[in-house]
Amino acid sequence: MKYRAEITTELKPGMLDPEGATIQRALVHLGYNVTSVGTAKKLLIELEADGIDDARGMLDEMCKKMLANPVIHNYSIEVQ
Amino acid sequence: MKFAIIRFGGSNCDLDVHHILNDVVGVSTDLVWYKDPIKDYDGVVIPGGFSYGDYLRAGAIAARTPIMNAISRLAEAGKPVLGICNGFQILVESGLLSGALCTNEYPKFCCKWVNLRVEKTDTAFTSRFRKGEVIRMPIAHKEGNFFADDTALRSMNSNREIAFRYVDSDGNVVPESNPNGSVANTAGVVNTSGNVLGMMPHPERASEAVLGSDDGLRIFESMVEYADASRDTS
Repeated sequence: MKYRAEITTELKPGMLDPEGATIQRALVHLGYNVTSVGTAKKLLIELEADGIDDARGMLDEMCKKMLANPVIHNYSIEVQ
Repeated sequence: MKFAIIRFGGSNCDLDVHHILNDVVGVSTDLVWYKDPIKDYDGVVIPGGFSYGDYLRAGAIAARTPIMNAISRLAEAGKPVLGICNGFQILVESGLLSGALCTNEYPKFCCKWVNLRVEKTDTAFTSRFRKGEVIRMPIAHKEGNFFADDTALRSMNSNREIAFRYVDSDGNVVPESNPNGSVANTAGVVNTSGNVLGMMPHPERASEAVLGSDDGLRIFESMVEYADASRDTS
């Protein structure tokens, strides 16, 4: 079976996000009352797996092995 | 005795390190493509650059190449492994060193000379320094903001894993001397055995007086001396 997945990695709460902070300040300069911007990375993945649980298991393994850095990231997985 | 400088696609400080080791320190050194074997070397340098275009995270892809397993085995065997700049990013991504390297607090590429304080002299790379000595070399990076959470940092401090800190010219750890937002002004870290060092500053760019400083040379000399002594005892 073929599955499509979206993996989102983002910095853990409280970590410095200079890109988000810069965008937040720029939005304030444009007149928007934006108090916080956080950035995240989204990976769009297509994969072959025996079932949705198998797919989810492999995606979780990919996050642990490479896609996320456990020291700084939280990640989430959506599969369909 | 022979050293290896590892080249990934996007490494670009390899020839600088090669020149310093071969021509200045005077030790035989090979440039080794990441697909080639490295088991017979007495030490390894992972040079700076932008391996794999810094895709995913700086150092993330190179850290998962098979040669890193071979480098881990050399490190476990006590051989010196030095990662400079992108090499440091590769070593933290591979788990050989603690922490992570994030985007600079001011999120731009930062290229300038910095002062470093030597925090530890009982490592494979710092035996030729005095503890607390202030040395100079340049940095050139955008992802050099060293991060470890409070628990990890406490453990790193108690294990004495911090080798260099960014300081002012008098050796004080002050916010103004921190170029990138690194926790506790951390510029370089070692593993608990002291034979794996990662550092954001570039010792190879400060290893000849004509470059403005030769403080970096003592890192390479210490490493060669350590490898030589290890050969005598093994």
